[in-house]
Amino acid sequence: MDNNILLDIRDLHASVDGKEILKGIDLQVREGEVHAIMGPNGSGKSTLSMVLAGAPGYSVTAGEVDFHGTRLLELSPEDRSHEGLFLSFQYPVEIPGVSMVNFMRAAVNEKRKYFDEAPLSASDFLKLMRQKRAIVELDNKLASRSVNEGFSGGEKKRNEIFQMAVLEPRLSILDETDSGLDIDALRIVAGGVNKLKTDRNATIVITHYQRLLDYIKPDYVHVLYKGRIVKTGGPELALELEEKGYDWIKQNNEN
Amino acid sequence: MNSLEQYIDIYRENSEAIDAHSAPVMNAARPRALASLEGRRLPVLGDEGYEKTSVDDMMAADYGLNFNRVGIPVNVAASFRCGVPNMSTLLGVVVNDEFHPSKNLDEKLPDGVLYMSLKKAAELYPELVAPYYGRIASTDNVPVALNTLLAQDGVFVYVPAGVKVEKPLQLVNIFSSPTPLMAVRRMLVVVGDSASVQLLGCDHTQDCGQNYLALQVTEIVLGRDSRLDYYDLEESSENTARHSQIFASQDSGSSLLVNGMTLTCGTTRNDYFIDITGDGCDTLLTGMAIGSGRQHIDNSSVVVHTGTHCHSRQLFKYVLDNESTGAFEGCIRVDEGACFTEAYQSDRNLLASSAARMHTKPQLLIYCDDVKCSHGATTGQLDQDALFYMRSRGISEKTARTMLMEAFMAEVIDTVRMDGLRERLRMLVEKRFHGQSSFCGDCSGACIDTTSLQ
Repeated sequence: MDNNILLDIRDLHASVDGKEILKGIDLQVREGEVHAIMGPNGSGKSTLSMVLAGAPGYSVTAGEVDFHGTRLLELSPEDRSHEGLFLSFQYPVEIPGVSMVNFMRAAVNEKRKYFDEAPLSASDFLKLMRQKRAIVELDNKLASRSVNEGFSGGEKKRNEIFQMAVLEPRLSILDETDSGLDIDALRIVAGGVNKLKTDRNATIVITHYQRLLDYIKPDYVHVLYKGRIVKTGGPELALELEEKGYDWIKQNNEN
Repeated sequence: MNSLEQYIDIYRENSEAIDAHSAPVMNAARPRALASLEGRRLPVLGDEGYEKTSVDDMMAADYGLNFNRVGIPVNVAASFRCGVPNMSTLLGVVVNDEFHPSKNLDEKLPDGVLYMSLKKAAELYPELVAPYYGRIASTDNVPVALNTLLAQDGVFVYVPAGVKVEKPLQLVNIFSSPTPLMAVRRMLVVVGDSASVQLLGCDHTQDCGQNYLALQVTEIVLGRDSRLDYYDLEESSENTARHSQIFASQDSGSSLLVNGMTLTCGTTRNDYFIDITGDGCDTLLTGMAIGSGRQHIDNSSVVVHTGTHCHSRQLFKYVLDNESTGAFEGCIRVDEGACFTEAYQSDRNLLASSAARMHTKPQLLIYCDDVKCSHGATTGQLDQDALFYMRSRGISEKTARTMLMEAFMAEVIDTVRMDGLRERLRMLVEKRFHGQSSFCGDCSGACIDTTSLQ
């Protein structure tokens, strides 16, 4: 049985500072699926995630993106979030002076407002935080600190997955979530992602290395090179890449 | 005719009334003030230290002066609720320039502590006032001389040696007049050896549509090992101009905190002159300014180290939106012989619109070798990466901007040493960024367009 299409990217072109980075991306993600996007440095992986999240500074020059019936590219970043898109940042931003608690309360309540729901009561909010913290074993102490300020690399990434757990997105894009993680942190982060997986949501994992895919099993693996998806396969493609390296892809696509 | 000549003429015409409604100690200082104004003028734009604010222009408008002390009724309790929750204070109110104690204030003050009208104190306790009045703020300074020439009343705080005043003194300054009014405000704070006191001041205007001008001079004398925490919060209206000068002198082992906060204003110029003459003193001078509309906020500081082993720190932060303008000029001077001084200064500013302007000029003058000093000034915009990160989590751009601006001010609020006041200030700043003033609920009219900061 075919699940519903959640994300449908058609011929997406995007540029940064006038330089075209994405040169025609086509990708369909269905509910319940995990897609991995791999590729060498500079191939456009992060640009794709930033364009989907609506980051300023990236201009879409052609193409369309349908996200469960909404025209994603026309939405503000905050509305994309409300509609169920989540980006786990490669480099989570430190925000001195804004506590994690206030940050999450604002995020949760603005989403509720978007759906005409009353703000969560203080006790319900704290209960929610407690539950979700457990998923990634995030220390309570971090919750009282400023957002990501002074967090270790591993804590920052766990914090991303914690936020994902709280916001319960339909589609999560994990941008290089494994970078800067030791093996224990990687296991916790991947474990968190797996716990949050349902047959109604989907995940796009962007990574350099096959390593993360041992923990988060993809249904599909795509290879992005020079702004295009040049190869798509099953999990075995990631293993093949690991073995042959990206030169194999480069050689096949130089001509 | 420049503004100063106009005021000197007013003085000459009214000197009898001025003297008649003031105290001998204050009257005795006038001739010298008048003499020192001879041939002088008020600072104008471009004078050293006045690159962005013309005091002459501030004073040029036609304001009335209430030399004959015509009573202006003001229902203070009904109009202003400057309460700090969970904090009991000893309250005094200055209406224009006249001090009004709250009910039974004298009985609530610890033995020997005075918190009263400066005029009355000068009459009743000239031996406590005369040795200090006009001794810290020199009449070589033109606005000080003008203040000394015209001041008739004000506030006197006296804490005898060894007395620690537990409850903070709260001072509510209110402008109230149906016609344009200039208030010449004066305050003298004397903290004896090993004594300590906290002072919370706030400035308000009763009729926000009326034009007011405050010309105020505060003198602070800190004895050995004494301590003063002074919080000075301005929440006035767009039609209010304020020229405030604070002069402090610190004896050995004393600790001074001055925190000047401008939440709303018209045109404000604050001068801080801190003379650290003793050894082993501690000084913390902080300030914040939130500008919107066409508000103008100018802070200027001079911290002079002559004693040894002293530590001073200055921290000023501005958030400016719309066409508001800010200026900061800060100077640290370490004199010869002021060894082992540590003096730091930091000015950080956020421009929330493309039309807002900030002018900053940090200065270090060091005439001694064994010192640690630094200064830094930055002016920038909201962190775009942080803004996007917050929006990507569903926080609207408006809310995210507000949260970031509040966060920016947190550093100054964190320097407040009273828990209750810190919480209160957080709330006031939050309200300010959401376009409300603290007493919106109690006040009939919206004084100021603060919505534009959203």
